[in-house]
Amino acid sequence: MKKRWYDYLWIASLIYLILGFFNILFAWLGLLCFFIPLLLAIFGGGKGYCNRYCGRGQLFALLGGRVGLSRKKDVPGWMKSKIFRYGFLIFFFAMFFQMLWTTYLVFAGARDLGQAVTLLWTFRLPWHWAYHGTLLHPGVAQFAFGFYSVMLTSTVLGLITMVLFKPRSWCVYCPMGTMTQLICRVKAGKE
Amino acid sequence: MEKTAVKRKKAAVADLCVACGCCVKVCPLQAISIWKGVKARVDESRCVGCGRCARECPASVISLKEVQA
Ligand code: SF4
Ligand code: SF4
Ligand code: SF4
Repeated sequence: MKKRWYDYLWIASLIYLILGFFNILFAWLGLLCFFIPLLLAIFGGGKGYCNRYCGRGQLFALLGGRVGLSRKKDVPGWMKSKIFRYGFLIFFFAMFFQMLWTTYLVFAGARDLGQAVTLLWTFRLPWHWAYHGTLLHPGVAQFAFGFYSVMLTSTVLGLITMVLFKPRSWCVYCPMGTMTQLICRVKAGKE
Repeated sequence: MEKTAVKRKKAAVADLCVACGCCVKVCPLQAISIWKGVKARVDESRCVGCGRCARECPASVISLKEVQA
């Protein structure tokens, strides 16, 4: 099939992760992967983000498919159940708001900047080399550390399920995917 | 001579589809599309039952069912 420009967005996803390793402030760019899918879903683009532009999905498809890092087994039934998908969405958002709260505390001066990336909501990885000070408020950096943690965590989870199951198994329980599908469902139901 | 019924296979999508679109990307006949961002739909007049979509589907919700042609 003919390749289009957006079939190469996996490169952008890869560059994003690398940039965050050297300068955490680049993590802010990740907001694009947050707002573009939502705006597309809300304004009639359906699941256009998942179906065309998501570089992360493409990266898993490439690593698991052509590179052959996936066992290509079926995901277990519970993983595609509504309960798990919606439950994971809620959990993900709870963690997201906790991250926003921490950012708020740093902005408010009630907390010092934590120069670490938290993996899988548990493990604090030192990441101080990616912080070179900011002309703006330290809260700006706190958000960057927090957001990069979210992105790295989802990448690691995605890689694990990529190896164990099918390449794009992450798409089965990806919170953005679940949320955009939910929005599309509500819209389709209304029409 | 009487015509014998030919059994053909067509892709069928179960309800747990996550609308990721992986199947759309691999179908050689563009027989599958995502309906309103909700679920994949197969155009049975185009589908040749090759099964590529079923192999690709991360949620493994596509099966090949036999239909009378
Ligand atoms: S489900 Fe998530 S990872 Fe998969 S294509 Fe959609 S946004 Fe990307
Ligand atoms: S079985 Fe083959 S032709 Fe039919 S929808 Fe799937 S990929 Fe397309
Ligand atoms: S690959 Fe599977 S889950 Fe994804 S849209 Fe197609 S049928 Fe649905």
